[in-house]
Amino acid sequence: MSAREEVLSRVRQALGADRTAPEEVVRDYRLTDGRPAGDPALLELLVERVEDYRATVLRCAPAEVGATVRAALDQGLGSGWSAGDVVVAPGLAEDWRPAGCDVDDDRPAVQLADRAASVTAVAVAVAETGTLVLDGSPACGRRALSLLPDCLVCVVTADQVVGSVPEGLARLDPLRPLTMVSGPSATSDIELQRVEGVHGPRTLLVVLAG
Amino acid sequence: MKVALFATCLVDTLTPSVARATATLLQRLGHEVVVPPGQSCCGQMHVNTGYRREAVPIVANHVRAFAGAEAIVAPSGSCVASIHHQQAAVARRAGEHRLADEAEELAGRTYELSQFLVDVLGVTDVGAYYPHRVTYHPTCHSLRLLKVGDRPYQLLRAVRGLELVELPDAEQCCGFGGTFAVKNADTSTAMLTDKMANVLGTHAEVCTAGDASCLMHIGGGLSRLRAGTRTVHLAEILASTEEAVTPDQHTAPAVSA
Amino acid sequence: MTATVPPKAPTFLGLPTAPRGVGHLRGDQSFPDAARGALRDGQLRANLGHATSTIRGKRAKVVDELPDWAQLREAGRALKTATMARLDDHLEELERQVTARGGVVHWARDANEANEIVTRLVQATGTSEVVKVKSMATQEIGLNEALEAAGLDVFETDLAELIVQLGEDKPSHILVPAIHKNRAEIREIFARTIPGVDPDLTDDPRQLAMAARTHLRERFLRARVAVSGANFAVAETGTLTVVESEGNGRMCLTLPETLITVMGIEKVVPTWRDLEVFLQLLPRSSTGERMNPYTSTWAGVTPGDGPQEFHLVLLDNGRTAVLADEVGREALHCIRCSACLNVCPVYERAGGHSYGSVYPGPIGAVLSPMLTGVEDNASLPFASSLCGACYDVCPVAIDIPSILVHLRAEHVEAQERPTAEAVAFRGLAKVMSHPRLWHLAQRASRLGRLIARGRPTLPNALPPPVSGWTRSRDLPTPPKETFVESWVREHGS
Ligand code: SF4
Repeated sequence: MSAREEVLSRVRQALGADRTAPEEVVRDYRLTDGRPAGDPALLELLVERVEDYRATVLRCAPAEVGATVRAALDQGLGSGWSAGDVVVAPGLAEDWRPAGCDVDDDRPAVQLADRAASVTAVAVAVAETGTLVLDGSPACGRRALSLLPDCLVCVVTADQVVGSVPEGLARLDPLRPLTMVSGPSATSDIELQRVEGVHGPRTLLVVLAG
Repeated sequence: MKVALFATCLVDTLTPSVARATATLLQRLGHEVVVPPGQSCCGQMHVNTGYRREAVPIVANHVRAFAGAEAIVAPSGSCVASIHHQQAAVARRAGEHRLADEAEELAGRTYELSQFLVDVLGVTDVGAYYPHRVTYHPTCHSLRLLKVGDRPYQLLRAVRGLELVELPDAEQCCGFGGTFAVKNADTSTAMLTDKMANVLGTHAEVCTAGDASCLMHIGGGLSRLRAGTRTVHLAEILASTEEAVTPDQHTAPAVSA
Repeated sequence: MTATVPPKAPTFLGLPTAPRGVGHLRGDQSFPDAARGALRDGQLRANLGHATSTIRGKRAKVVDELPDWAQLREAGRALKTATMARLDDHLEELERQVTARGGVVHWARDANEANEIVTRLVQATGTSEVVKVKSMATQEIGLNEALEAAGLDVFETDLAELIVQLGEDKPSHILVPAIHKNRAEIREIFARTIPGVDPDLTDDPRQLAMAARTHLRERFLRARVAVSGANFAVAETGTLTVVESEGNGRMCLTLPETLITVMGIEKVVPTWRDLEVFLQLLPRSSTGERMNPYTSTWAGVTPGDGPQEFHLVLLDNGRTAVLADEVGREALHCIRCSACLNVCPVYERAGGHSYGSVYPGPIGAVLSPMLTGVEDNASLPFASSLCGACYDVCPVAIDIPSILVHLRAEHVEAQERPTAEAVAFRGLAKVMSHPRLWHLAQRASRLGRLIARGRPTLPNALPPPVSGWTRSRDLPTPPKETFVESWVREHGS
């Protein structure tokens, strides 16, 4: 018997011929937050929760994203940065990009480690947990883009902000490679004390438009 | 109300004053107390040590001894929890379905003392007088299986003269755990040491709880250290009045019985 | 039922368990013996006490924040129960979906087979270095030892795993394998073992984390093969999930050309939607955060993004034997959050190594004996005071105390020759079920009054098993009369 058949037959043997029918799963937890996506109170909550992870949030009007991204990079890299330090997702809106910056292409992923900062959009943001989700779309970029540069700037628009985890997951495509980001990289491995910044970006800046 | 008192094997054999206090208290509140003489044990020690088959005749004896009782009260959260959560299950596993049904039915009328007083009789002030500094240890089975909640605190707060002091890390297990206390004596002792440190830190004269077994463990440790703090069962405190400051209650450590 | 079982291999309920001689599920000492040593280690006690109380507080705070925690917990429990009842179907669906998206699925009956598969896959890439994301399954099967025996270099990349690996130590906690070490001890390990480490390294946790970052950065960038575990695998979409904090997981899941994921068969969940429950339960229960810093999901391979070769190894290694136990199968619902360890008073004092298995604490005390067969870990089900704190915090409501009690009985009932304890308990059962014998026995206990010779407590030096009690606790001298006797004397029967 192949290992596959043997493991499956053991499962069947363990459950027995008279296996009980699966029980009905009651989903009576909160499926929605009750507030529509982009509700001002949700934006407030997102800011509070993201900042709780010691990330920085910069809010701006939709027309001011480009300038705010540059301000975020000033904060993350210091004001002396040059366009070549920054690599952006290929599908990032033109007017969000710092002029002259590097645009990610199909270079070997490890080369992204040479860049100081990256800028991406997100697919959805969950206010309650302060979570941004990147879904590998052109605007979010491939996974390595938001991983290797030490400073990550994510642009979130108001309509992308939902209240709860169930609402967030419902907006996502599970066949895409997803990265859920809640604050900068961190560890609690030393005396269970949280320290921000290990292998992932040590600095996370969120530009919230709207 | 006619109340059948289940002393529990440990109280009956080693600390009878706890059962006596329970009876005194219920009588003082105007209830008739009966003590079925055929009672022995709920079977918990057997079940929890792995002798669930052997526990079945013990459960049968318990059910026989209390058959027909209107309400059954025991001064032990742990034994009542076993009656509620284990008796029917072990009987059923052994194929004794009738016994299981009877045990279940009896469990529905079996109460831990503080729950009986507060929920069934609806009293929190039992008219007790106990002029001592007291700290309360919520025993695990009272707390997590029976969910007695703040009932013991309500009862203790209504006792005249009693100064209730909060026990730090109160909800941490004392380390008794039945045969765990012997099979894993070192770990049990380590847990006991931390519990005693917390008890002694309160500078209470008395550490009380709703389980004589845990108190025998905590009290046995305190006694070994010659600590001045003694352990006294909740029933003994509630049974105390001005007239009989401590009916059958000792000023020496409770373990000295 | 047992026809296919090879001779002498351990079994549990007729199904093969995790084999002996490989992996890390069996200790070489009983729990009481191992704990005796650990209890005397003051530094260990201090480290564990500090760490577990910190995390207990954080967990309580973020759990209390959710108004629907009880509903989420109940949904988590029900989802796991329903999944197990159709485990075969879900595994086949998972296999179909992963395969359809370019992954290759392998099945492993046990630790040896899984180790062989992974070793073969790594060798086929022609590389000699493997980076690893922390995974309980690969610790359980002893994958690192197997890869090293094949001449491969294995690098653990999780900070705590790295501390354990560099310190040539063993993990002692599910989530924080180096929980038994404090910052000063970690500084010492790093200073001693990391080549070229900053000589001025202090014990500041941030500096220590940075030292790990520097140490591993090069390895990540040149790694060609990574091995990971998985927290969840969604059957309907073939989506794998890794929940982590540091970004080492993302490095491993993203940069190498080949990714090999080893996953216990119980980690499958039927639908994508089910993650909306578990991604709320897990982070709050484990690190006490609203959400962990990084959760990665992937389905098969994605052109132009991440590893272009993906292998999924589905591991049994005793899990089907656990599934065969109607009471114990609930232990397979575990999402490895470690909340039960953090609240366990026994774990907090005896430490993770006392359990002799990669799964310590309350869940380990039930899971390890079932994975190996109870007789190979017979002391573990007794390593609990049954206080119930584990059940209270478990995000999927596993009734660990009831499983412990059940396994104690399985152990007792597995004895072919009667032990002294069994003789005593059987005798006592007989006595306790006959009031007349019981009253005689109670009277006999008064013989204790003779040895007490008028003192309020019995002597400290008594023979076993009573000595287990009297070594640290006084035992009251039995009273002259039992309560029932005195009542009957006063009131008649
Ligand atoms: S048994 Fe429950 S509490 Fe313990 S690690 Fe597993 S899921 Fe968490």
